[in-house]
Amino acid sequence: MSAIVSASGARVHSRLLHRDVDPTYRSHLDRHGELPFASDELLLELEASGLTGRGGAAFPTATKLHAVARHRRTEVIANGTEGEPASSKDAVLLARNPQLVLDGLVLAAELVGARRATIAVSRNAEALERAIAERPRRQRPAVALIEDSFVAGEESALVNAVHGGAAKPTGRRPFESGILVQNVETLAHLALVARYGAAWFRSAGTTDEPGTVLATVSGAVRMPGVVEIEPGTTLRELVARCGGPSEPLQAVLVGGYFGSWLPADPGLVLSNTALRRLGASLGARVVVALPRTACGLAETARIAAYMAEQSAGQCGPCVFGLPALAQELARQSPSVNRIEQLGAQIARRGACAHPDGTLGMVQSALRTFDAELRMHAQGRCSAR
Amino acid sequence: MSDELKIDIRVCDAYGYCAELLPEIVDLDEWGYPIVAGEITPDLLAAARAAVAACPRVALRIEPSRRLTVIR
Repeated sequence: MSAIVSASGARVHSRLLHRDVDPTYRSHLDRHGELPFASDELLLELEASGLTGRGGAAFPTATKLHAVARHRRTEVIANGTEGEPASSKDAVLLARNPQLVLDGLVLAAELVGARRATIAVSRNAEALERAIAERPRRQRPAVALIEDSFVAGEESALVNAVHGGAAKPTGRRPFESGILVQNVETLAHLALVARYGAAWFRSAGTTDEPGTVLATVSGAVRMPGVVEIEPGTTLRELVARCGGPSEPLQAVLVGGYFGSWLPADPGLVLSNTALRRLGASLGARVVVALPRTACGLAETARIAAYMAEQSAGQCGPCVFGLPALAQELARQSPSVNRIEQLGAQIARRGACAHPDGTLGMVQSALRTFDAELRMHAQGRCSAR
Repeated sequence: MSDELKIDIRVCDAYGYCAELLPEIVDLDEWGYPIVAGEITPDLLAAARAAVAACPRVALRIEPSRRLTVIR
């Protein structure tokens, strides 16, 4: 699978998303061959590959596998729930390349000695069941249909839901109890490393962020959708891959509803290394493009209201703090002091990262849309 | 030797008894939920135990200090 070169000179990879319009098990075997055996060598290859989680937290995959494998009784859950509204990369991956994800799940289960392998999704379970039925009998994970909510994809909430409980975070890390939770995209990459090795995996991306990643692009671009890119791609290249902007861009939300608003600088480098310097991160590679004719504060208020509504409802600071945040942002002239006061009472006071993620997004909005804030204080707005 | 007051914020229902019994280290946010701003020094231990027992949601626990005790 070598990359082709696009018109702009950037390399276009199709490791996960290839042009195969008929994703049958047969065509999967024709393309990649039989599933390799899971072995200690595979674990070493994964370590050498530098593969990190593709669900947003970018935790080193080999490290997680080692931690889980230490337990006597283990379990593996593939996370395909994708509760983030602005993300569709997992849905697209499962529709176009389910067998690669399932290979990765089966391999991960073997590597940690798990007896149970489950793939959790919130929609399209029947299509997934059909893909599983095509596989050899001993390579058929179970499907868990989980309610579609933002917090349901949080690791501990997902484990709870798969085990029959509520899809609410427990504040504990599953891998500390021998349960491996991996995003479906991570497992797809794992299945490719098993066949083609660490060196091949590292032939894309950067030294610190090797491999390819799936990104979901939406907003003011001509062809919104899911693209496969290398970390280090610029915003200009990403937007070009999506048909270019549909109107002049003002800002981008990078990393999803937990992410950060940044000015739409075409030279913005989309890698965790570069974004960290701006107080941001790639997260699950959700990029929303905001045009100049839109109001960044209105968008932020809308997202904050959604996040408030999606609270698991377990912790007071989140249940009360997020609606208060959303309410303040929806005012004609939001008060930065009030938002800081709320932030101090919200930060690190919940059982999961939901309130902190929302707060981070709001704080980035205050920085990026400071001109908009001043306009609003004078009774004006970009959108009017 | 100071212990820590731990709160399971998921079960806390903002009764506020802990803040009343242990005002030295427990503040309340604007919605009535506790913010622990210090450690349980030996003089506060009795009050801390009272707070743990008084909580209607059993949301509190005292976590012993992890520091080594110097035996003279």
